[in-house]
Amino acid sequence: MSKSHVQLRINGRDVEGLVEPRTLLIHFIRDHLGLTGSHIGCDTSHCGACTVDLDGKSVKSCTMFAVQAQGAEITTIEGIAAPDGALHALQEGFRMMHGLQCGFCTPGMIMRSYRLLQENPNPTEAEIRYGIAGNLCRCTGYQNIVKAVQYAAAKIGGREFVEAAE
Amino acid sequence: MNEMATPIRQEREAKLEGMGCRRKRVEDIRFTQGKGNYVDDIKLPGMLFGDFVRSPYAHARVTGIDKTRALAVPGVLAVLTAEDLKGVNLAWMPTLAGDVQMVLADGKVLFQNQEVAFVVAEDRYAAADGIEAVDVEYEELPVLVDPFKSMEADAPLLREDIKDKTTGAHGPRKHPNHIFEWAVGDKELTDAAFAKAEVTIKELISYHRTHPSPLETCQALASFDKVKGELTLWGTFQAPHVVRTVASLLSKIPEHKVHVIAPDIGGGFGNKVGVYPGYVCAVVASIVTGRPVKWVEDRMENLSATSFARDYHMTTEIAATKEGKVTGLRVHVLADHGAFDACADPSKWPAGFFNIVTGSYDFPAAHLVVDGVYTNKAPGGVAYRCSFRVTEAAYCIERAMDVLAQKLGMDAAELRLKNFIRADQFPYHSALGWEYDSGDYHTAMRQAMQAVDYKGLRAEQAAKREAFKRGETRELMGIGVSFFTEIVGAGPSKNCDILGVAMFDSCEIRLHPTGAAIARMGTKSQGQGHETTYAQIIATEIGIPADLIMVEEGNTDTAPYGLGTYGSRSTPVAGAAIAMAARKIRAKAQMIAAYVLEVHEGDLEWDIDGFRVKGLPEKSKSMKDIAWIAYNAPPPGMEPGLEAVSYYDPPNMTYPFGAYICVMDIDVDTGAYTVRRFYALDDCGTRINPMIIEGQVHGGLTEAFAIAMGQEIAYDEMGNVKGASFMDFFIPTAVETPHWETDFTVTPSPHHPIGAKGVGESPNVGGVPAFSNAVNDAFAFLGSTHIQMPHDHWRNWMAAKRLGVHG
Repeated sequence: MSKSHVQLRINGRDVEGLVEPRTLLIHFIRDHLGLTGSHIGCDTSHCGACTVDLDGKSVKSCTMFAVQAQGAEITTIEGIAAPDGALHALQEGFRMMHGLQCGFCTPGMIMRSYRLLQENPNPTEAEIRYGIAGNLCRCTGYQNIVKAVQYAAAKIGGREFVEAAE
Repeated sequence: MNEMATPIRQEREAKLEGMGCRRKRVEDIRFTQGKGNYVDDIKLPGMLFGDFVRSPYAHARVTGIDKTRALAVPGVLAVLTAEDLKGVNLAWMPTLAGDVQMVLADGKVLFQNQEVAFVVAEDRYAAADGIEAVDVEYEELPVLVDPFKSMEADAPLLREDIKDKTTGAHGPRKHPNHIFEWAVGDKELTDAAFAKAEVTIKELISYHRTHPSPLETCQALASFDKVKGELTLWGTFQAPHVVRTVASLLSKIPEHKVHVIAPDIGGGFGNKVGVYPGYVCAVVASIVTGRPVKWVEDRMENLSATSFARDYHMTTEIAATKEGKVTGLRVHVLADHGAFDACADPSKWPAGFFNIVTGSYDFPAAHLVVDGVYTNKAPGGVAYRCSFRVTEAAYCIERAMDVLAQKLGMDAAELRLKNFIRADQFPYHSALGWEYDSGDYHTAMRQAMQAVDYKGLRAEQAAKREAFKRGETRELMGIGVSFFTEIVGAGPSKNCDILGVAMFDSCEIRLHPTGAAIARMGTKSQGQGHETTYAQIIATEIGIPADLIMVEEGNTDTAPYGLGTYGSRSTPVAGAAIAMAARKIRAKAQMIAAYVLEVHEGDLEWDIDGFRVKGLPEKSKSMKDIAWIAYNAPPPGMEPGLEAVSYYDPPNMTYPFGAYICVMDIDVDTGAYTVRRFYALDDCGTRINPMIIEGQVHGGLTEAFAIAMGQEIAYDEMGNVKGASFMDFFIPTAVETPHWETDFTVTPSPHHPIGAKGVGESPNVGGVPAFSNAVNDAFAFLGSTHIQMPHDHWRNWMAAKRLGVHG
């Protein structure tokens, strides 16, 4: 099959590659670029494990062809820590609040939350739950993920984080 | 105040981050940065991809397979069929349950999406093209879907390979579609109890077919080195050593030349215990092509072909006095195993530990019969987040106790309190053969009732029912009570093995000269946080900070042999091995400390992170110092070094328990429900990391919620699987998932070195009956005794309609 040239910017780095037109963006990111943090969990766009940030929107990268991302600006889980290596508030929050177990949904969950907190910097619990409803987790029951997002929202907003009682 | 409470001691203790501490997980550092290492992240030079041609039919003869078109597809290198596998004697493989299973369709297919051919290609896309171009001819056969029809005289014959065998792995077979009959308990005594019972109930309680469905599917990467004759196999393996042994036996490659590696695993829940055709085909394809071959299952394949769970149909009878004292339990189970018996139970237990079905109650007599049958469905069934068939048993008895309470006109919690095994009866010998190690059920139940204001809830429910009768509301309120006893930690080698391999587990600890350590384990975490919690056990046992202890699992070359992680066995078995290995290290350290401090060993006492001389606390040696001495200046005659290995064969199982209460409101006109409250009290004995325990409970309850309220692998009458993608298979999102309240009591296991019992599966075991009992309780006053799961909106609406509330 003839190949198409793709050029895009990912985690602040310009990259290019030759792909079949049918190559999914997630396969381009994982197999061609070697950024394996984003995962594949379902094939039907339900689980969100492949969520990346594309031109300021959360995108399930299994639902796009790599060629559709021509010229796009993409951020993946590998790209949200500060250049000096300091972790993003969400990365810290997920660990502090025990918001992950097997870790498979985590990159997608964090990338969705990353965009959510830019759309709504101080979301309520209900808004967080609705906001991450496109991402499935089989391990945590979401309760601690909600707390992790609240933790990060507080930290980013310079507010004190108060953990809700069970 | 004695010296024990000084801040210095507290600081030393806190620095260890040992048992009981809410230690943050070490795994999270890599997972939150996208630096986990899962099977599909591994890329080897020259790596190929394999993909399956699968059967569209549930039962058909395969009359021809033509590879020609497929082999012409660009990038396709090979197409394997059963005929090819016969050359290496691998067309069939043994299951863990003593049956055999086709690796690739040999003459016929027995379930929809069964593996028919394996296409090997340069990349995943070419492999996908290849499977479309394999031409398979089928001749349809009559389909058997309903397990209740499996043993009818004119039922279709499924397993032609064993049609003349009157005996299976577990005794006589009554019919060509019969797998086994398993009977436990005293039939005469039980019949006598029923004969003189004042009250009896009988109900068919079904636990539908579902699936563990971890977010990462099953996957493998096989790399055969022809020069060395060595096979390296990466895979999603909950039990890597068992896979190594099976791979060696099947491939005839000597076991020391088989290297099995389970890297990070994206959830298991029982799905990743068994050996699947994809693993075998990847290995064969690597041997054939001389290149590494990766196989990655997609979600539809995962849900429809590898490892369903449950599908137990339990006819349950209880005998009781009119005061509500239970006197007998009789259960018959019809177990649907699909096309091949591919359970992952210990070999001698064809229905797992289902004989825990007497639950938390003091039944003087009980009798259980389980009949396993074949149908044209995917093979299994695995222990989905439960010790072998324990969740089926807990659901059975907890639902039946509610049915009995309803018949007696008694409160469901009162009936349980009346029949609980009392704290003074432990160790308790159940009528079906188990020795429960410890428990205090009354305390746990009362604590739960108080926490939710149980009396207040019942009063509110009574008022709401009156309001419903008056037509003032269309909402029903249900209170689901569940009190479960689990049996986990398989298991004692006297009665537990898998394919002859005894179910011990192991730990090897090496304390390095500078006082840091590595511990290697026979288990394999799939998200449970072993790297964090195991280090906590070691920290407490040998006084080295948990941050200085690296826990390594999953590499069979370096880890001691162990049976892996499932059935909540990691803490009960491997956790004990850790404590025993650590204590060996401590014993040697004590000899070294005595020599250095010039006292007798008996004059020393353990003190948080080292030894001190009794009565002279200022004379002490820290474990850190002892480690250096052990290597560099050991006492004369003593071998240098400080390491130990322990293989732990548990003397008994452990018996975690808990009390769960669910409050639910159901709209009778839409069937929609709201889980208003869910309270879970768990007693898992000694608590190693409360943060992780709570996380396990949240996750297990969410899976229980999914199962009870909608998650199902259903088939139509043609054997088409109806729920094989996330479009149809209910995985709750953050929006549907209720808020969880957790609580605990602590009743240590008396036979476990640190008193721990295991917790990961409890919430699934106890949660399902709590949800189902809430739904059933909501409808009970309308004259219903039992509504089958799953309780989705449609079924709730149907129940309301059947009970005549739609006017």
